[in-house]
Amino acid sequence: MYRYDSYDQKLVDERVAQFRDQTRRFLAGQIPDEEFRALRLRNGLYIQRFAPMLRVAIPYGLLASRQLRMLAHIAREYDKGFGHFTTRQNIQYNWPQLERVPDILADLASVQMHAIQTSGNCIRNITSDHLAGAARDELVDPRPYCELTRQWATFHPEFNWLPRKFKIAFSATTTDRAATQVHDIGVHIVRNAAGELGYTIYVGGGLGRMPMLGHPIREFLPELDLLSYLEAVLRVYNRLGRRDNIHRARIKILVKEMGPAKFTELVEAEWTQIRDSELRLDAQDIESMKSHFDEHPYEPGAADDTSFAAHLRQDSAFAAFAKRNVKDHRVDGYKIVFVSLKPRNGVPGDASAEQLDILADLAERYSFGEARATHDQNLVLAEVRQSDVYAVWQALRQYDLATPNIGLLTDMICCPGLDYCSLANAGSIGVAQDITDRFESLDYLYDIGDIKIKMSGCMNGCGHHTVGHIGILGVDKHGEEWYQVTLGGSAEDDASLGDRTGPAISRADIAEAVERIIAVYMQQRHSEDESFLQCYRRVGMAPFKARIYAEDGVSA
Amino acid sequence: MTILLLDGRVAADEYLELADDAPLPASPVAVTVSLQRWQHEANALAASGSKVAVRLANTVDITTLPDSLLACPMIELLFPAFADGRAYSQARLLRERLGYHGQIRARGSAVVADQLQGMARVGIDAFVLREDQNPETAARALHGFDLAYQGACDTLPRVRQLRRSTSATR
Ligand code: HEM
Ligand code: SF4
Repeated sequence: MYRYDSYDQKLVDERVAQFRDQTRRFLAGQIPDEEFRALRLRNGLYIQRFAPMLRVAIPYGLLASRQLRMLAHIAREYDKGFGHFTTRQNIQYNWPQLERVPDILADLASVQMHAIQTSGNCIRNITSDHLAGAARDELVDPRPYCELTRQWATFHPEFNWLPRKFKIAFSATTTDRAATQVHDIGVHIVRNAAGELGYTIYVGGGLGRMPMLGHPIREFLPELDLLSYLEAVLRVYNRLGRRDNIHRARIKILVKEMGPAKFTELVEAEWTQIRDSELRLDAQDIESMKSHFDEHPYEPGAADDTSFAAHLRQDSAFAAFAKRNVKDHRVDGYKIVFVSLKPRNGVPGDASAEQLDILADLAERYSFGEARATHDQNLVLAEVRQSDVYAVWQALRQYDLATPNIGLLTDMICCPGLDYCSLANAGSIGVAQDITDRFESLDYLYDIGDIKIKMSGCMNGCGHHTVGHIGILGVDKHGEEWYQVTLGGSAEDDASLGDRTGPAISRADIAEAVERIIAVYMQQRHSEDESFLQCYRRVGMAPFKARIYAEDGVSA
Repeated sequence: MTILLLDGRVAADEYLELADDAPLPASPVAVTVSLQRWQHEANALAASGSKVAVRLANTVDITTLPDSLLACPMIELLFPAFADGRAYSQARLLRERLGYHGQIRARGSAVVADQLQGMARVGIDAFVLREDQNPETAARALHGFDLAYQGACDTLPRVRQLRRSTSATR
């Protein structure tokens, strides 16, 4: 895992001192509200419905045990005992006090964490595949490239006052697990026909009120040119992105209005000028960064274990867990264990201090001291010896972290909605719970199989509803909470935006509508092997629409 | 009274801001004029004997400026709003692409303590502080960070270079 050297540490410490001073000057009336807002956002601090909210970065999702313990400590000491994992590999605290935020940031800095650029119109946390380094299907480990990019983006003097926020995600597989095509820049690490490593660059994806998929503006960018190319994109955007209307300020609008071809031309022209500048990486930069993400000392005999298979046979609850929450690691004898933050009646993505502490212990004991945060609001212990999976499961189960539902209907993405967010039109957490209540039977959930329900409390789309197989968007209708449903979205390699089913559906009926959608799928699918998404793409909207809005049920 | 911070110190501002319709001063002084006036009245300005600096709107494309601008002793970049960062790119392009060596001055709503070091890093070396700013706080903020991850137009030690040299001597 990447460890700070004295330079990284110094920069983070200096940032804490800077923000402490800014907070002091603000409280002394020396910084106007609106300006302090811009400064605090760049340190992760929002002011929300009931209290401030602090968003802490988990770069590319990777966490060490001592960092998990610190997150637990912060939850206990400064918050109400829990944190909320988001869709961008961040964790949010909903109840810190403004005056104490500098202390929180200092605590974070003591374990090499920060909240730098987790909000505001600047380059945000760099995200990636939560299975990086452990997945069987990856070309190379994307994390060294993410860390190089993180450092380039951190306190970039030219790009701290962009037209709008800017999100970059990396993927190094053909099964995109980082939703790269709905990012301002999506970087796919690839090899060209000559076998050289490089990147395909997508620009202009994004969710929010005008969801769009990114355009591939460069098929192949050589490995050493990563930072100069990113700089060229950002420079074009900083100069030309719209600043007259906040809703049209994202890079996706610039690319759309100008046309991807023209935009690409400008980027390429800028890049030609800076390609050979000091932004060019040298092979040694990459090598030394890679050495931070070294191979763990995997045990050679791990695959000889027979206990895992025996437990599967003997313990059906464990088998159910393994079926959904355990995946093969790239090293034989090791497994990837998903920790579900979607228990029945829980808040999707929430973890208590106690749970975080337990995870820290489990990571330390069984997973080389590391855990990961996923973009669908779960956690992962990615490096568990198969002979240890049973023990890990038993421990997880004690703390309600072993719900065997990864990838199933109840593994929903859900933003905080009306419960915490001042921008919300409607609640989302309650809806998630109502839906979960309707799908009590695990057998039925397994039968339905892989499906992603994603829910946002307003069109900002923090819950990724547009790319949900089923998307649910809270809208306000004369002061009441209603929900707009979409079908057929995806954030993976086959990315697509969902189609609207029709008029919005009332709070009372939304769970029923989901149940009907599922019923139609079960009726229509060719076989168990045809997933919801495949089925929808084949049969189209008509049968779903007919059923959702049928007489006997939901009011729209 | 506006305060000018130059090389980290409060300095006297010799320039007079000349509106587009204001007559040229009778005796030679130092003035700033808009890019438009500078282009249209090049001869008259030269003949006046005044020291002439140019004010650039933040929408100007630096790469299209005439080379003759490089002879200007000072270029003033405008920050019309606190969060409008376009002139950051302009400053860098002036320094790095055009090789401009004169003074680059920042004026406007964003010229506050909390942005000064960023501005300095992209090559701005003079700051017309916004009215409400305390010059000591501002001067201190110029040195909030003493390292940088990225190369830019400043002299802060670069982390990548520091690492390369430590690993080379290892
Ligand atoms: C509660 C405080 C929050 C506020 C005020 C907030 C605000 C916003 C706003 C205004 C946007 C729209 C940006 C745009 O369209 O340009 C947005 C987008 C987004 N937010 Fe949040 N958000 C909050 C919490 C969250 C949480 C909890 C998550 C994760 C679960 C999240 C993840 C995202 C993502 C992934 C997007 C879409 C990015 C895109 O447009 O490409 N946010 N947020
Ligand atoms: S989608 Fe809307 S309601 Fe949900 S967190 Fe984002 S801004 Fe708030």
